[in-house]
Amino acid sequence: MSLLDILAHQLLNGLVLGSFYALVALGYTMIFGVIKLLNFAHGDLYMVGGFIGFIVLSAISSVVGGGWFGIFIAMLLSMLAVGFLGVVIERIAYHPMLSAPRLSILITALAVSLVLQNTALALTNGQYTAFRSDLGFGGITLGGLFITYNQMVLVAAAAVLMIALEFFVTHTQYGRAMRAVAVDADMCELLGINVAAVIGVTFFIGSALAAAAGTMAGAYYGSLWYFMGFLIGLKAFTAAVIGGIGSIPGAMLGGLVLGLLEALGTQIPGIGSEWKDVFSFAVLILVLVFKPTGLLGRSEQERM
Amino acid sequence: MSGALLQLTGVGLAFAGNRVLDEVDFAVPERGIVSLIGPNGAGKTSLFNCITGFYRPHVGAITFGGHDLRRLKPHRITAAGIARTFQNLRLFREMSVPENVMSGMHCRTHAGAFGAIFRPPRQRAEEAEIRATAAECLRFVDIAGDWNRVATTLPYGHQRRVEIARALATRPRLLLLDEPAAGLHGGEKQELIALINRIRDERGIAVLLIEHDTGLVMKVSERISVLDHGVMIAEGTAKEIQANPRVIEAYLGQEDAGADLEL
Repeated sequence: MSLLDILAHQLLNGLVLGSFYALVALGYTMIFGVIKLLNFAHGDLYMVGGFIGFIVLSAISSVVGGGWFGIFIAMLLSMLAVGFLGVVIERIAYHPMLSAPRLSILITALAVSLVLQNTALALTNGQYTAFRSDLGFGGITLGGLFITYNQMVLVAAAAVLMIALEFFVTHTQYGRAMRAVAVDADMCELLGINVAAVIGVTFFIGSALAAAAGTMAGAYYGSLWYFMGFLIGLKAFTAAVIGGIGSIPGAMLGGLVLGLLEALGTQIPGIGSEWKDVFSFAVLILVLVFKPTGLLGRSEQERM
Repeated sequence: MSGALLQLTGVGLAFAGNRVLDEVDFAVPERGIVSLIGPNGAGKTSLFNCITGFYRPHVGAITFGGHDLRRLKPHRITAAGIARTFQNLRLFREMSVPENVMSGMHCRTHAGAFGAIFRPPRQRAEEAEIRATAAECLRFVDIAGDWNRVATTLPYGHQRRVEIARALATRPRLLLLDEPAAGLHGGEKQELIALINRIRDERGIAVLLIEHDTGLVMKVSERISVLDHGVMIAEGTAKEIQANPRVIEAYLGQEDAGADLEL
């Protein structure tokens, strides 16, 4: 393989990885926007989404098959279920804490994360679960680069979800309300916006996006594990910070940038793929030091 | 005053033992323009916060159009027909001028979050309606030309009008304006007086304002109430208020008393 082919290949890997990061980072950033909480349980919703997608697919694969169509159905149902789970978590764990100090709610989020992880641990005995699907290995060759259909479908699905989200936040009343709540929740109440309902919708959408990523990642990589949400949660947080936490386009961009940086970073001589997490979190530290507001973030001004 | 649109009866509010409002009786008639004045710290903004549901009065009743407001959450009160603006601008940063106005229409729409996802035709129709109403509100406050701008990049006077347009978009029956003339220059104040009159005359909306610019208050208000240390000390027309010895006394304690009473 020529250097150019290697680069192209890594760009593609980065794009796939970045799509997962972006989908999870979107929920992170949206939830941070409306209630200023770093929801450390968000990565675990990705894990739960993967498992629910797997369970649904196992149940329906005899009817619809285990190909992309079946995965698509499994993904939608998983999104719905995890979306409601997100709403329930918000209602039970976070809503009563909204007026408490920020640190309390942050610790609550860690607790929720542990509950989700350990529930999955108990149910799976800590074993890896094989996510069996009938995805082929076909693809097309572009120059020296082989792109599988799976990669194309996956990136396209992520893109469709992100475009739909962008449309939702800019062209619908609830989407605008979501952005408005992120700026000034009290003012929203005075404009007749039911802030609690907007927060609920935000949790639903954010959690559903994480579930979509979880199901697709499970099918693509072929396995599930109770702890799989931990690392992607941290990566998604990194992506959200790179893009500018609270910014929706920032989370999309940050996810892709992080995915590409990781994929390309492993090609730097002396840095193998075992260093890729070190590489990501070094990027996080550099961003926090030199551009804490991220690529698309804005500096927060304290209001009186 | 049983026919009043907004009626406060014996409203009392205290924070940590400090009385902020004490047995306040106050009313705004349907289609009235009423001002609430008083020295700094008199409790004017607290009174606004009681009306809009951010503070809960400890005693007394607040009714609007005959309905009790005290148990309602702020967004329900807005839906019932009370809108408000702030003395310091509170526009949504990074949202465009029409988006700011459209966010005021939330309580008047029905599509809901899931309607937006699952019922596109109805959602599209409603979205078009929302845009048309936002455009109409911006024309009403005479800044339709700012359509494509990010709200917070507008000149100060225009941002104030966006705030008023956003409040009008909630389709209120009563509009509370908290120091709407703050930071405006002479010409803009004249335009504000005209706008307040048009809001009442053309839209039938009652207006209640808190304002420090006494000249503007005297010109625009039909009735004026004066609050001092949480107590309503006077109520009447501009002439009556100017001649009221208790009002003059209340303002004499102020450093800027001279300026305030220069009518």
